[in-house]
Amino acid sequence: MIPVSMKVNGKAVSAQVDPRTLLVQFLRENLRLTGTHVGCDTSQCGACVVHVDGLAVKSCTTLAASCDGAEVTTIEGLARDGRLHPMQQAFQDNHGLQCGFCTPGMIMTAVDMVNRKGFDLDEHTIREELDGNICRCTGYHNIVKSVQQGAREMGAGAQQPKAAE
Amino acid sequence: MNATGIGASVKRKEDIRFITGKGHYTDDINRPGQGYAYFVRSPHAHATINGFDLEAARSSPGVVAIFTGADAAADKIGAHVCGWTIHSKDGSPMKVGAFPALAHGKALYVGDPVAVVIADSYLQAKDAAEKIVVDYGVLPAAADTASAANPGQPQVHDFAPNNTVYNWHVGDKAATDAAFAKATHVTKFDLVNNRVIPNAMEPRAALGEYDSGSDVTTLYTTSQNPHVARLVLSAFQGIAPENKLRVVAPDVGGGFGSKIFIYNEETVCAWAAKKIDRPVKWTAERTESFLSDAHGRDHVSHAELALDANGKMLGLRVHTIANLGAYPSTFWSVVPTYLYAILLSGQYDIPAIYAEVDAVYTNTAPVDAVRGAGRPEATFLVERIVEIAARETGRDPAEFRRANFIKTFPHQTPVILCYDVGDYVSALDKALAAADYKGVAQRKAASAAKGKLRGVGFSAYIEACGLAPSAAVGSLGAGVGLWESAEVRVNPVGTVEVLTGSHSHGQGHETTFAQLVSSRLGIPFENVSVVHGDTDKVQFGMGSYGSRSGAVGMSAISKALDKIEAKAKKVAGHVLEASDQDIEFKEGKFTVKGTDKSIDFASVALQAYIAHKFNGQELEPGLKEGAFWDPTNFTFPAGVHICELEVDPQTGVVTIDRWTAVDDFGKLINPMIVEGQVHGGVAHGIGQALHESAVYDADGQLVTASFMDYCMPRADDLPSFHIETIETVCPSNPLGIKGCGEAGAIASPPAVINAITDALGHENVAMPATPQVVWRAAQNAAMKRAAE
Repeated sequence: MIPVSMKVNGKAVSAQVDPRTLLVQFLRENLRLTGTHVGCDTSQCGACVVHVDGLAVKSCTTLAASCDGAEVTTIEGLARDGRLHPMQQAFQDNHGLQCGFCTPGMIMTAVDMVNRKGFDLDEHTIREELDGNICRCTGYHNIVKSVQQGAREMGAGAQQPKAAE
Repeated sequence: MNATGIGASVKRKEDIRFITGKGHYTDDINRPGQGYAYFVRSPHAHATINGFDLEAARSSPGVVAIFTGADAAADKIGAHVCGWTIHSKDGSPMKVGAFPALAHGKALYVGDPVAVVIADSYLQAKDAAEKIVVDYGVLPAAADTASAANPGQPQVHDFAPNNTVYNWHVGDKAATDAAFAKATHVTKFDLVNNRVIPNAMEPRAALGEYDSGSDVTTLYTTSQNPHVARLVLSAFQGIAPENKLRVVAPDVGGGFGSKIFIYNEETVCAWAAKKIDRPVKWTAERTESFLSDAHGRDHVSHAELALDANGKMLGLRVHTIANLGAYPSTFWSVVPTYLYAILLSGQYDIPAIYAEVDAVYTNTAPVDAVRGAGRPEATFLVERIVEIAARETGRDPAEFRRANFIKTFPHQTPVILCYDVGDYVSALDKALAAADYKGVAQRKAASAAKGKLRGVGFSAYIEACGLAPSAAVGSLGAGVGLWESAEVRVNPVGTVEVLTGSHSHGQGHETTFAQLVSSRLGIPFENVSVVHGDTDKVQFGMGSYGSRSGAVGMSAISKALDKIEAKAKKVAGHVLEASDQDIEFKEGKFTVKGTDKSIDFASVALQAYIAHKFNGQELEPGLKEGAFWDPTNFTFPAGVHICELEVDPQTGVVTIDRWTAVDDFGKLINPMIVEGQVHGGVAHGIGQALHESAVYDADGQLVTASFMDYCMPRADDLPSFHIETIETVCPSNPLGIKGCGEAGAIASPPAVINAITDALGHENVAMPATPQVVWRAAQNAAMKRAAE
């Protein structure tokens, strides 16, 4: 067993784990943050995407030990002060989910996409960037619309003057 | 229209928990003291199991128990039953056997579970499993669909000579032969419907728990039909009587048919939990899903279509070999028969049809229903041969279809089904307009100028869903009835719980069912909760598959609402001092006809429970009603899909440019959800047409057992879709709805292939039309042109 410590959704956590423990196992089993899902265990489907130090990673193929000292954000950490993140809201508004299993990974990927590519995303860019996330229910049509709206609204939010700065 | 009423695109209630990571899928559930199961699976397609060396595994850290097929057999724990008996042409019943929950004596496909290790942690269970030595005697395998029944092939089961499950037929052979004798043109076509793997994004999982105090076993599982699972686990697998067994199917991450069936792992978790008196949890790794989820399709067929000189279809003759895999599965036998061949009339007036289906055992995973289940296979065959016939006889494919469409209803086909209502011409016209069919020639020229080949493909599909009239399916061999149940519980404050036997695994029942109830009772949408997926809460139900939740499940709710309304009128009559005959109910208000005396629904609910205003001996207190709805017919969604695509002849890459769908689903409850179902279905079918294929090699190894080897359609493989509807109201249920969950997957594969073959100048292309397949076909077409 080895010790790991990290900050997850703003909270400091630490545990003794089997060195083989994957980040997704640490999140789901140790922290009971079950919003992050395992759809394939080979880095293909993206249901397990979380943010590590601000970047999207597939937590099913990341060792928990390699995230020692990192800041991790999961789907549970996206809504702030009881308000949905604009990307979460966009998925509901556009019927961007059906069974919901791939959705946390889709949303975390989408937020990362906006962080990297900006607020004005065309359909081609969104489809290319979603290549690492598989959905069996929606045919992606409404996911693309959701990401487009979420990106726009993240942009609108970013332009608002920040309070108390 | 009310903002949350029937026909409104209401945003989904269930979304909030899914977008915030608060869903409760089976693997999210943990029970105190649970052990973790890991299954040892056969690496061989066909092998005797001569013995196990379990010593090293037993002493491995954390190991709680190890069970093998001998243990399951000793406890009489069964597996692999099929709920539908098909009879062969000669009247004999299909050949099936009895099996234990872990393979005993023989393993019959790669992935067949032969032992289970239960340990304190998942990693410990997996470590210990790797220390188990199984003494296999490897046997030759029968893995190929077309040749499985040939003489001299390895035999999968002693009880099924020539690997034959059944030789079934439907239709009138003599009439069909006579029709072909009159034909001026016969189109002949050999085709393979490629084997697919369902791949719901949530892998299957099970968590068994036993309470020795109450002697109750609870199974949390990824199921589309928890009551059917409980019935099978009780009546056939020997787990526990139904009153001592609770099955919970919580949030389920997609099903597509694969979670209808009752699998070994569920049975083993429930059995083992009692045996070790600890909860036992199992979650499939993705490769386990590939190996052991029931697969779909896998037909090899020959079809012939007879035409007269005017291009009128006279007859259709079909022979199909259907691969059913190594073991029976819950609805396995009906998929290539009563869900397939009785759809072979398509949307066409074909006077004579005769179809033969030979179902075979092979050393592969069981093959059962996958989204569409039989109907995609029928539609692919019909829409490909119709397209080929149009081209062979020099007719426009749209006009050839139009000329042969069924135009009057009801229409009795030669293969059992009687279509109740439809308007195929209107769907075609609307689709042609929406797809700008007139502009195709111009767009083809524009593509050619870029060195690309543009093609257009049609699919005019029909399906039979809303499964199904119980007596009718009983007469065809079903072991169960296919009604649905509902209970509407009105609380004293006027809020409502609807308990439904349907199960939602992405379809949005919490929203659509609430739309129905709130609009019928005139109460706020927020005041309605939908309860499903727990045999301890919900009365018996048949679950969700075959696009049945709307047509059958909601009809049961509607029937229960009729009873609620009748009872509430009586209560309101007492309160308003009028006869219940004089009470009108509209928009949530009970009014005495011709007066301004009224009372709202919530007040009537309260009066029903306090029971002060009426005699409790004459009128029962409370407001709760149940109903079972048994359909009077199948429903017949139909439509026209048009695929327009470009082929790059240099690379074989296909790019779908436009997708136009015009579907007739009858009345729509929530158009947003309906469109979403079509999007997903079309994508699923495009996956089958272009990307997906489950490949077993000659030894029966599944060589496509991960997402790196099995190509799932991804966002950048697909276009956005243009979806429209027409409406002919379904006459066989009170809501007039037909169902929409499978239509896209049924319609789309032939539209894609017809478009590719159009682009390539009619060169045949098999599914999946990967770049390599298309490139070869493009080369062949170019060589033929050069030779001409």
